[in-house]
Amino acid sequence: MTRTNDLILRTTTALIAFILLGFSVYLFFAGHNKPGGGFIGGLMASAALVLMNMAYGLNVIRKVIPVNFLYMIFTGLIIAVGTGVGAFLFNAPFLTQNFGYFQLPILGRTELATALLFDLGVYLTVIGVTMTIILTVADDREED
Amino acid sequence: MEELLEVTKTLINVSAMIAIIGVSFSVMLLLYRAIKGPSSPDRAVALDVIGINIMALAGIIAILLVSTQFNDVILLIGILLFIGTIALAKFLEKGVIIERDMD
Repeated sequence: MTRTNDLILRTTTALIAFILLGFSVYLFFAGHNKPGGGFIGGLMASAALVLMNMAYGLNVIRKVIPVNFLYMIFTGLIIAVGTGVGAFLFNAPFLTQNFGYFQLPILGRTELATALLFDLGVYLTVIGVTMTIILTVADDREED
Repeated sequence: MEELLEVTKTLINVSAMIAIIGVSFSVMLLLYRAIKGPSSPDRAVALDVIGINIMALAGIIAILLVSTQFNDVILLIGILLFIGTIALAKFLEKGVIIERDMD
């Protein structure tokens, strides 16, 4: 059987994966005041990764993105627990969240909340879990 | 002036309802193709177009409910639909969705 040519899939993936990653970051930051948040943002990022895996194959993406997604779950959980434990430093109950207004260079006066850090933990955990499941299922052939 | 506003409101509501009925009818026809379709590619294309119709429904319902919160949902449906269709197409053509080595 001759090899099929998937030039169109690869070219569109190169464009669309960036749009997906941008949309995922947008959903992640929009979660405070609009629909979105860490969970759906992480799902979008893993959708982009799955699309890249479908277009270029496992081994190429493993070289391009040399990330062990099991460690990513670990990092996300550490960040999420860390924001909860960090409240003890200020004599507040576990998982107390706080926010403040800061003057940022380009964005101007912005509300920064520690809930964003907790969301970052959720984001990384969701990417890690989804990619671990999908790549483990995809890579189930016997080692040769 | 008040009266004109009311007329415009009813006009938008009525046209949105008509559009919803039209899109629902097309979803029903596509469901027939998805259930009856003799081959798998027929069903894949039917499911793809059902998703596009659902995007249209979400847009029209956002107009009816006067809300901008649905915009992300519409984009999300489009993206998931694209990835799902690509996965189906790869499975039908090659038998595997994520290959190990593609060269």
